[in-house]
Amino acid sequence: MNVKLFVPQDAAAVALDADAVAEAFARTAARRGIAIEIVRTGSRGMHWLEPLAEVATEAGRVGYGPMTVSDVDGVLDAIADGKPHPLCIGVVDAHPFMARQQRLTFARCGIVDPASLDDYVAHGGYRGLARALVLGPQAIVAAVTESGLRGRGGAGFPTGIKWDTVAKAGDGQKYIVCNADEGDSGTFADRMIMEGDPFVLIEGMTIAGIAVGATMGYIYVRSEYPHAIRALDTAVAAARRGRKLGAGIDGSSHAFHIEVRVGAGAYVCGEETALLDSLEGKRGTVRAKPPLPAHKGLFGRPTVINNVLSLASVPGILEKGAEFYRDFGIGRSRGTMPIQLAGNVRHAGLFEVGFGLTLGELVDDIGGGTASGRPVRAVQVGGPLGAYFPRALFDTPFDYEAFAARDGLIGHGGIVVFDDSVDMAHQARFAMEFCAVESCGKCTPCRVGAIRGVEVMDRIIADNRRTANVELLKDLCDTMKFGSLCALGGFTPYPVLSALAHFPEDFGLPPSRRQAAE
Amino acid sequence: MSGYLAWNEATARAVIDENRAAPGALLPILHALQETFGYVDRAAEPLIADALNLSRADVHGVVTFYADFRTAPPAAHELKLCRAEACQSMGGDRLADTARRRLGIGFGEATPDGRVRLEPVYCLGLCSVAPSAMLDGRIVGRLDDRKLEALLAEVER
Ligand SMILES: Cc1cc2nc3c(=O)[nH]c(=O)nc-3n(C[C@H](O)[C@H](O)[C@H](O)COP(=O)(O)O)c2cc1C
Ligand code: SF4
Ligand code: FES
Repeated sequence: MNVKLFVPQDAAAVALDADAVAEAFARTAARRGIAIEIVRTGSRGMHWLEPLAEVATEAGRVGYGPMTVSDVDGVLDAIADGKPHPLCIGVVDAHPFMARQQRLTFARCGIVDPASLDDYVAHGGYRGLARALVLGPQAIVAAVTESGLRGRGGAGFPTGIKWDTVAKAGDGQKYIVCNADEGDSGTFADRMIMEGDPFVLIEGMTIAGIAVGATMGYIYVRSEYPHAIRALDTAVAAARRGRKLGAGIDGSSHAFHIEVRVGAGAYVCGEETALLDSLEGKRGTVRAKPPLPAHKGLFGRPTVINNVLSLASVPGILEKGAEFYRDFGIGRSRGTMPIQLAGNVRHAGLFEVGFGLTLGELVDDIGGGTASGRPVRAVQVGGPLGAYFPRALFDTPFDYEAFAARDGLIGHGGIVVFDDSVDMAHQARFAMEFCAVESCGKCTPCRVGAIRGVEVMDRIIADNRRTANVELLKDLCDTMKFGSLCALGGFTPYPVLSALAHFPEDFGLPPSRRQAAE
Repeated sequence: MSGYLAWNEATARAVIDENRAAPGALLPILHALQETFGYVDRAAEPLIADALNLSRADVHGVVTFYADFRTAPPAAHELKLCRAEACQSMGGDRLADTARRRLGIGFGEATPDGRVRLEPVYCLGLCSVAPSAMLDGRIVGRLDDRKLEALLAEVER
């Protein structure tokens, strides 16, 4: 018999020994005389089942997970005889976690061979570029604007408007820069796309280049992602060979080149102007705005800088139309968001869905509560600069404005779940400590304020003049909020003040009124 | 983590030459030097400054700004433990304490015998399989006492 098997090469699977499982399949099949083809894919996003091996059947791909090397023999038996196996989860697409999603950006992730341009095209890749070449620059920008796509890196700025500014910034050299610095704890969607479907990012950048008249693109990827870097290098080389990059793309008069650049372990380089400085070979310090990167960006030239997910959403928008994308979501949050369920959560992984599910639905229903089995006490949404939410706010819909209205942010879409063993004063201290470690040092409220913040938190934790120090903490947060040049210093107060507001008992203060009323 | 060349100027010059043409070549050059020698020797800074038409102070400022660049030869092993929030939520702090205690060093330090250096990292993108670690570039998810013990045994061998 002929077996076609898919084993993820996504870092989350590799960190759980997926490479050893893939090797064991190859070795065991050879020993047993079973003809097997093993494709290394990205991950489907059900990370509690990783490594999840899938076998092609007439009914679709059937999954087995979480696999260990010692399960390989038994699973091969099950595949060969069509017998049930305790690790079998049935047809993967029919799994409730998959069936409830609206996968647009992640449609191919975990399915295609990320190293194969042919496989990408066979699964509908490069239809967006084909459409873009027919439409021309102006209509591409119009489609992206009409889709309602907002930057997925955190700030939520409308992508079409950014592109329009660069398109109108005169002639001459322009750049497309992909922000793949993904430094937020609790986020890994950029990494998954780069490892699981890198061509969709390349296609998105190429379309951006045509739209604004840029012929050069850079992907700035963090050094903590060696697997993503390798996948990108492979895909960029394949795209070049396939004439999807270079001069005369797809027989058109357009040229577009991509170079992959690696960061060097600085969180602040995710901030767009610090990233541009870093690409130029400088220290990653934040630039004052204006000028905007759209006017004076990389090497002083007009530059589109977008997050991985923003760019990876573009091919689908071009292929299926602006309306198709805009019809997902609620309010001013249009389209879908790849939400990342992380930390102490049972069903951890990636869940892409239109905006609008409540935080409670995401954490309790889809996430299945904590991994530890203890009650959920707090969740941090939007990375290290995002607020901590208590259960009392679980009715908040996942939407840019709804989170802002509750002094929070959705950021890059990461949700980190904590059980009732968490100490929120400790978390507030960590937020300050992280800011102190990662500050670029340009402004005093951030550079000095964060260090003071750690000291103040230490005194609060040690019960040293608690009430006075809590007042001092609030003052300090105020100074950081309004006196910082960028969101590192400016938003660190979010996790700190939300921890204080919702979990005052952890700071040695009386419980909040909301909790008392519960 | 052997396999690094001993610092020498001729090789350094060749590495710099190979990477200098690209716009904004400084970070690619520093990465390439570190891949070759395991660190960026102070003596490389004037060579880079010359090649890129920068001041030595500029180059030094960049080398010291980024956490990745080492200014001295590395320990035989480098163990990175993620200290960020998702890993904290799964008991990462307790494992970090264990590692510190077992190795008798703090984060950012190496054992006196040069066997291992313990480094903090703020997120490896493995937050769904937390806590996470990286030993000499190899990633480990769902770190627990048993897995940490195996990593420590590996570096102490
Ligand atoms: C401290 C800091 C870190 C950031 N890190 C990232 C990051 O890792 N990835 C990202 O896409 N945006 C990050 N941003 C947001 C970028 O500055 C910028 O808004 C984004 O790259 C724009 O792309 P988008 O419109 O597609 O979101 C960060 C911002 C700040 C202040
Ligand atoms: S807020 Fe902090 S990170 Fe941002 S520019 Fe100021 S010092 Fe730099
Ligand atoms: S927080 Fe530890 S891997 Fe992301």
